[in-house]
Amino acid sequence: MTAVRVEVDTSRCCGAGMCALTVPEVFDQSEDEGTVVLLDPRPPAGLRPAVREAVRLCPCGTITVRETGPDA
Amino acid sequence: MEQAAPTTYTTVRDGIFHPPPHIRELRAHAPLARMTFADGHLGWLATGYAVSRAVLADPRFSARGELKHPPVPRAGEPEQPPSAPPGIFIQHDNPEHQRYRRLLVGQFTVRRMRLLTDWIEKVTESHLDEMERLGPPADLFEHFALPLPSLVISEMLGVPYADRERFQHDTAVWSSFNADLDELAQAFGDLTTYLHALVGRKRSAPEDDILSGLMAADPELTDEELTSIAYLLLVAGHETTANQLALGVLALLTNPDQLAALRADPSLTENAVEELLRYLSIVHHGPTRAALEDVEIDGQVIRKGEVVMVSLTAANRDPERFENPELLDVTRSATSHLGFGHGAHQCLGQQLARIELRVGLTALLRRFPALRLAVPPGEVRLRHDMQVYGVYELPVTW
Repeated sequence: MTAVRVEVDTSRCCGAGMCALTVPEVFDQSEDEGTVVLLDPRPPAGLRPAVREAVRLCPCGTITVRETGPDA
Repeated sequence: MEQAAPTTYTTVRDGIFHPPPHIRELRAHAPLARMTFADGHLGWLATGYAVSRAVLADPRFSARGELKHPPVPRAGEPEQPPSAPPGIFIQHDNPEHQRYRRLLVGQFTVRRMRLLTDWIEKVTESHLDEMERLGPPADLFEHFALPLPSLVISEMLGVPYADRERFQHDTAVWSSFNADLDELAQAFGDLTTYLHALVGRKRSAPEDDILSGLMAADPELTDEELTSIAYLLLVAGHETTANQLALGVLALLTNPDQLAALRADPSLTENAVEELLRYLSIVHHGPTRAALEDVEIDGQVIRKGEVVMVSLTAANRDPERFENPELLDVTRSATSHLGFGHGAHQCLGQQLARIELRVGLTALLRRFPALRLAVPPGEVRLRHDMQVYGVYELPVTW
């Protein structure tokens, strides 16, 4: 399994909350602006399918996932 | 390829639940097709899932009201659409849109909405008590589907629920395709005057609500902006959820196998809520977007100034995205539906709506194990002539 690195571009975030709804272990929303807060940039293998789903569901293209090589 | 004649759009659905009849063929052959708008503008109609998402996510398409054309005829349509006043953020582009949105999204986060769950459950149960007292039979729309979200958004905003007859009436007129210009102006004026006065009262006596919170968060916000924001949230907060809830109940009552599946396994409710959002797609037409420059999309060039209407109901039935899209299936994974739109303007209140729908459906089915329609399905009056689809009444018995 390939390890991944999650990145978020907060300037694009519209606070829809789909990421926090889909993978609360990895994404949260800030209290004041409701924009994405990345809790875990290197999610474990079990959460990666859900992270990819969050990428698809995000209406603003805020989240990217990069493959960083084999799992340690 | 020979250019097909431009299509037009209708909000009259096929039967109760299906998109207008010509949509299926159109989507199969031309997911982005030329369309004649109600004022004669030659624009575009997006019916495919992928192209709809692409349009809504692309900042080269504008949401500004003054650039748009009306997709369907409306009795009270002004000749020239006005530019949106400050605060009507659904008709602004970034950065103006984002300024308002950022002030609000913190109030509608997943976490904050979950904190409201207990309270929404109490509100739900008290309305079910009332409905149970009144019937059977009873009108589920009037006594349950409408008052639940109406009370919730009023309390959150800080609008006295005792004034509901007034704002429910004005928003209903505002949503109707049949209201003429005078009626529209009167409803809009009434509600704006009411909310403006309310904003003034909150300024002098702030309370624990969104309107007071906005004033504290950004002292620069004018009364006009706050009135606009209150207007948007109030209208969007109850018309939509009320109709989605009532129409969702009708869909379940007329699909007994799906109702039985949900009753047998209530843990399917969250899933069922997403599927009902996909299947019903209650926003009749729109969102519409105007091209700010020439944009090539799906092999076609949309010229600067041309308007695209996205048919969410068509996109949500695209077989390229959803298997057997015409079937209601509460077990399918439907969360990627476009029922809340897509892009920077995707529904601000969607996490609130999800909870209201989940709590509302769960409690309703638990309370009335023998819930059924009190009239034949064909006699339920449908909102083909309103901006948001749904039912005028839903007579049920138990």
